[in-house]
Amino acid sequence: MEPVFAVLTGIFLSVAVYLLLSKYIIRMLLGVAILGNAVNLLIFTSGRIMREVPPVIGAGLDVPAGATANPLPQALILTAIVISFSFFAFLLVLSWRAYSVLETDNTDAMLVAEPDNVQPPPLGY
Amino acid sequence: MAVSSSPADLSAALVLQPVAALDWLVILPVAWCLAIGAILLMIRHKSLAQPLVAVLGLAALVALDAALLWHVVQSGPVTMVMGRWLPPFGIAFTVDLTGALFALTSAVVALVGAVAAIDDINVSGRRYGFYPFLLLLMAGVSGAFLTGDVFNLYVWFEVLLISSFGLLVLGSEREQIDGAVKYGFLNLVATTLFLIATGYLYGIFGTLNMADIARKAPGLQMTAPLVTLTALYILAFAMKAAAFPVNFWLPASYHTPRIVVSALFAGLLTKVGIYALIRIGVMLFPAELEQMSLVLAIVAALTMLTGSLGALAQSDTRRLLGYLVISGIGAMLAGIAIGGPDAIGGVIFYAVHSMLVMTALYLAAGVAARLSGGFSLSASGGLYRHHLLFTALSLMLFFSVSGLPPFSGFWPKVMLVKAAIDGGSSWLAAILLLSGFLTMIATGRVFLLAYWRPVEAQPAGVPQPLAITALLPILALTVSSVLIGLFPETLLNLARQAASTLNEPSAYLQSVFPAGGAP
Repeated sequence: MEPVFAVLTGIFLSVAVYLLLSKYIIRMLLGVAILGNAVNLLIFTSGRIMREVPPVIGAGLDVPAGATANPLPQALILTAIVISFSFFAFLLVLSWRAYSVLETDNTDAMLVAEPDNVQPPPLGY
Repeated sequence: MAVSSSPADLSAALVLQPVAALDWLVILPVAWCLAIGAILLMIRHKSLAQPLVAVLGLAALVALDAALLWHVVQSGPVTMVMGRWLPPFGIAFTVDLTGALFALTSAVVALVGAVAAIDDINVSGRRYGFYPFLLLLMAGVSGAFLTGDVFNLYVWFEVLLISSFGLLVLGSEREQIDGAVKYGFLNLVATTLFLIATGYLYGIFGTLNMADIARKAPGLQMTAPLVTLTALYILAFAMKAAAFPVNFWLPASYHTPRIVVSALFAGLLTKVGIYALIRIGVMLFPAELEQMSLVLAIVAALTMLTGSLGALAQSDTRRLLGYLVISGIGAMLAGIAIGGPDAIGGVIFYAVHSMLVMTALYLAAGVAARLSGGFSLSASGGLYRHHLLFTALSLMLFFSVSGLPPFSGFWPKVMLVKAAIDGGSSWLAAILLLSGFLTMIATGRVFLLAYWRPVEAQPAGVPQPLAITALLPILALTVSSVLIGLFPETLLNLARQAASTLNEPSAYLQSVFPAGGAP
């Protein structure tokens, strides 16, 4: 099963990179959303895909009876989902604000903070 | 059905003896910051009480971190595990000298920033949560310095990143929104790269505990793609630290927020990237890092040159300082590329120096702009005539950042240059010195234009004296820089010891796995 997931992760990552390379913030946002999911899949796959048995130890036993699902990647992914969701929400609001204040979503035209027509200071006095 | 389970052997999975009182210091800096941050959030609308609580809280944080450093000096690396779960299963907080030194310095920087913010952040800035964000930022920074778990390190990175977003957009001016968009996207990509690398790390090792990885790594060198993994980590942390060619978010954003926020960012954020690179690269994957050392050395050289040449080209003091931050990152990367206890000691010393001095420089730029009417070098001037003490402090800071004696920038430069020559890469030593020289020219230009140059149109009336809250933070940081420069032995020894613990992490491993054996 892992090779299939590895290929899927690769597709997700390449789509995310393609979208992030765009000049337009709306596409970059889509790229960020897909990138987050790509990473979640990657963590899930690197925890190895095993039987879908819940990792619960039966009564009277000290160790699980057979192979169970790996619970740790799920905990890691849950953390990563929460974080990437909150970041996405922040970036979404920030982008909307940037669009309404700067009146563009083209990053090439966002030169307010780095103007390219600055008068150089005198060379001497 | 009656369930009869065999009595569980708790000692196999739990730390049974109570935590020693002093060991609580390991977690206290983080818990303290979170608690004070929460209190500040509750009193968000009391704009007079906020600075008081924040300054007192950060002063206590400095005391806590100093106590922690003392404890680590006395008894070596200290470990505390969450939920008393035995490592590697519980999340471990492990503090060694490197972490404690970085944590103490960052707390000092935050305290100074909080004092400087009393003047700089107005009531609406306080209402929008400057101080809560500062405390949460410090929780993230302290957590990153103190944790002993790679995934936990990622979580602290995110905590400090989201707080820095809040600080960055405080005020919501057009420039800030513009800078925040670039800062936000590029930093998110950097932390995601870190998470990708961590996913692979977990896939290879099946563990996220740093000590566990450090002892398993040598056995996996032939079978696992550790060099690729290290390269991924280097890319992620180089992006966080703003190394060339992934440095572009820094000059695009660091000059946009309030000057106190810029000062805090310059002191804290990029150094967390350097710390993580030291921790993961030097401690966990030393052999793999050595294979990358030429690439890293070239990146370091280009970062230094980009930084100092970029600084020469700027006509806005804040943007100029942003490039000086990058140049300093290059010097630290050079030390990591050289490797060995001497060079890493130099890196740690340089990081402490850079945190203090870059913060002071930004604060000084803020005061200079307020006195002379703006950050642009074309318009400012005449500071020397009316503000002698401030001019003297600024000049000392300029000398310190360029690495001239007797200031704190001199000793780490000496250590790095000596290590570079001893390590057989004299060209790197030459670039270190060249970048110091270019920095001197860039800061000399600021001094010439903003301080020495007489202004034609003198503002009418008597020039008002500086407020003590504006001058005190700069004075404190400059004095500390001078003291470190005049009496470097203590810090020098601490940095060397810290570096030798990183190079030979047996004490660190011993602290996490006291019994030696483990599952």
